[in-house]
Amino acid sequence: MFAQQLVNGLMLGGAYALVAIGYTLIFGVLNLLHLAHGEVFMVGAYVGLALALAGFPPWAILAGAMLAAAALGVLVERVAFRPVRSRGSHVTPLITTIAVGLVLQHVVVKIFGAEPVAFPAPFASAALDLGPVTLSTLQLLILGTSIVLMVVLEIFLRSTPTGMAIRATAENQTVAGLMGINVSLAIVITFAIASALAGAAGVLLAWNFTGLSPFVGVKVGLKGLAIMLLGGLGNVTGAMAGGLIIGVVEVMSVAYLASSYRDAFAFAVMILILLVRPTGLFGARLQTG
Amino acid sequence: MSVPLLAVDGLSRSFGKLVVLSQLDLLVEAGGIHAIIGPNGAGKTTFFNLVTGALGPDVGHIRFDGSEIVDLPSYRRTALGICRTFQNIRLFGSMTVLDNVLLGLHCRTRGGLLTPLVGVPFRRPRAEVGARERAGEILELVGLAGTAARSAVELPYGQQRRLEIARALASAPKLLLLDEPSAGMNTQETIELEALIGEVNRRGVTILLIEHKMSLVMKLSRVVTVLNFGQKIAEGPPAAIQRDPRVIEAYLGSE
Repeated sequence: MFAQQLVNGLMLGGAYALVAIGYTLIFGVLNLLHLAHGEVFMVGAYVGLALALAGFPPWAILAGAMLAAAALGVLVERVAFRPVRSRGSHVTPLITTIAVGLVLQHVVVKIFGAEPVAFPAPFASAALDLGPVTLSTLQLLILGTSIVLMVVLEIFLRSTPTGMAIRATAENQTVAGLMGINVSLAIVITFAIASALAGAAGVLLAWNFTGLSPFVGVKVGLKGLAIMLLGGLGNVTGAMAGGLIIGVVEVMSVAYLASSYRDAFAFAVMILILLVRPTGLFGARLQTG
Repeated sequence: MSVPLLAVDGLSRSFGKLVVLSQLDLLVEAGGIHAIIGPNGAGKTTFFNLVTGALGPDVGHIRFDGSEIVDLPSYRRTALGICRTFQNIRLFGSMTVLDNVLLGLHCRTRGGLLTPLVGVPFRRPRAEVGARERAGEILELVGLAGTAARSAVELPYGQQRRLEIARALASAPKLLLLDEPSAGMNTQETIELEALIGEVNRRGVTILLIEHKMSLVMKLSRVVTVLNFGQKIAEGPPAAIQRDPRVIEAYLGSE
């Protein structure tokens, strides 16, 4: 029972972590919050829904959602961040991104309606008996996808020139520019990656919960934001760990305590951890270790 | 005189009412070591910021290698061959020594920032393998061989200064701007630094140097420009500058 719940929690937490990583990457390079990130997640899921209804295979649903979310993220950077980055205060992008988030919600309401919709399963799932744990092939796909995406991101940030350029930009934009890094391009790439991960998380969670609503981004966005704080601002490894912890706590509280308080338990654990470690589980900068 | 590598013409910059640099004309000849001295607040570091593009001027022109660069962003100027070090060390502290140098090499790697997005993602492109070799050579040149895997912030102070020079050299600059490279160094470290700067210059890198240690300036530089309150008050070979009464009054006399 416990092992089973642990796997379920990691499955949920993996998707949360993908959202939180997006927040932390963007916060890392800009020191600004992207409050429409939850809506990018939601739009990614709806693009996935459209592809699923059109009969595309699971990999195409995921890839399409990620691409669409990446494009949307780059657009958000253009519209809501770049014009106010040099001139506005730190508060300005908060307001502009909230506005973008509202617009995205209502565009989706216009197209798909305000009511929650069912998200079709990508394939007839079979149950795999793995000793103490029973895993459906769909669950395996969800868990596997989030793990693979996190590992790829870690390698990318650690050891590719682009990844290093993003880390350098996060550490000091001016110096990065003087060392020959095109800082604006590094920021755009960061938004694309962060948003693609959110799009993937959107599809994974929609598969998990078999449903979707235009307002799902609000709650998941809030959770992602809190997980970023839990992991340590701008820390990718922290966001991964934080996401997994919150996913497990949420599932465990449903299994052993009261299901209607799942969010309360998740946030209570978060507050407890932050009381002990106010800067989050890991350091303060955009680091991978 | 040969064609100057850097030609600054009527460069001015103020912050609010404070005029930091006023109508500065300056020519840096290719291949030499050119020092800029002056009391604190004379506008030396602001001048570096204008040349590298960290700041924009109010008016004035900056020509590098024959072309106007005053409107180019920093990273484009780095690609053309201008790189700098900082008075207060600004290494990427979360990275290893090697990564700091590799970062400087990236603007020289074909494709720049987008290289890994167009290549095979998990096999290092050939250019990247070459970059690692090149980074090793540069670390050896500045005397940091064997420290590649260490975290940049772990290095002792003098070595961090050398790493700043290594990182700048990695971008293969034609013009290297050194902002008080000997700051905080003891006599022994300063002598080693002098040898390093000389060696880098012999390898064909033109050097523009802000420095307070007169011994270093006098030994290394071919031309010295003296700034005071944002204006050029003297220029010439070091021996003549040392005897110039205006300089003695403004700078040497005040010490």
